[in-house]
Amino acid sequence: MALDTTALKSAGLGAGRAPGAAIEGRASIFEMTQEAEAAVLRPRDCGPWSHALRAALAARIAVLNGEEALAGQYAADAGDYAALADPSDDGAGQGLAPVVAFMDKVAADTRNVAAPDISGLQAAGIADADIVRLCELNAFLAYQLRVIAGLRLLKEAYP
Amino acid sequence: MTKVITKFTRNVPHWQPRVKPVDLEEASAEQLDALKVTPSNTKVSEYVLTLAHDVESLKVRSPLFNGIMYDKGGMSRAERELGALGASMVNHCIYCAAVHAARHAQLEKSTEVTDRLFRDGRRADLGPRDRAIFDFAVALSETPSQAGPDHMAALKDAGLDEAEVLDLILSASLFGWANRLMHVLGDPVRLPETTS
Repeated sequence: MALDTTALKSAGLGAGRAPGAAIEGRASIFEMTQEAEAAVLRPRDCGPWSHALRAALAARIAVLNGEEALAGQYAADAGDYAALADPSDDGAGQGLAPVVAFMDKVAADTRNVAAPDISGLQAAGIADADIVRLCELNAFLAYQLRVIAGLRLLKEAYP
Repeated sequence: MTKVITKFTRNVPHWQPRVKPVDLEEASAEQLDALKVTPSNTKVSEYVLTLAHDVESLKVRSPLFNGIMYDKGGMSRAERELGALGASMVNHCIYCAAVHAARHAQLEKSTEVTDRLFRDGRRADLGPRDRAIFDFAVALSETPSQAGPDHMAALKDAGLDEAEVLDLILSASLFGWANRLMHVLGDPVRLPETTS
């Protein structure tokens, strides 16, 4: 089924349930959303951020957004980085403390992100392209997690 | 000297990257393709050149952005802009708020709603439909989302149908994405006056 996407499944609107005319009318949006998930979680050129690390960070951000079930799905691909899915792990054990702190702030305290947060990553030796990669992962998840939260409410309000 | 803008405005600032954008001279074939650079089109914004560092994301992001904000049917374009503005105000993305407040004013042929929002913030006096739209966008943009059944009931009471609410969910959520690029990767600034 064309509309078997992470966003729809996580909101309980996946395969096997008629998604309704409104969602059918935006089918291309949901298809592109799924392509965007693949682009941030499993890119061909992942830079220093492996697919497993990306899955762990995605799981962590899902937890910060109260989406435990989706966090569990992402964490299944997190391999050696699985511990990072727990927001109480500061990443120091993996040598990733600056990355983890940055991802938490961008995800959950966006308004207070400022220039020193970027210069701090640069000072930690992270290349500009790899900072952009972290932001794209974080930013996509912010979008998808809110789509899921919104769809769940939509489903109840417009059954 | 450039001055970083910290207050909401409809006067769209210049966006100054905090990282070095891709140099067009050194761009890969895949980057040039994603940037839609052709011999007759070599003008690319610094923002898009910055995002070109992650070309796989950039390629899917642009059509998705355009689909959510401009596809026909569903919610009006001005109301989608209001959803974008609610998210941008929560995340304090001055640049996105300026662009989308300006578009809202242009589409509505009125600055009244965005004047009130920038002056009074979330307490701004809005009509019932705008109130329901703005409040939902704000609640959904918190981390974790604070949107609940009461917000949905207010949207329904204000007369929004399912397709409109879906477009609002998509536009507000999309700015959870856009704000985390614009506000994180660069500063909104006023450039000193230059002679043209």
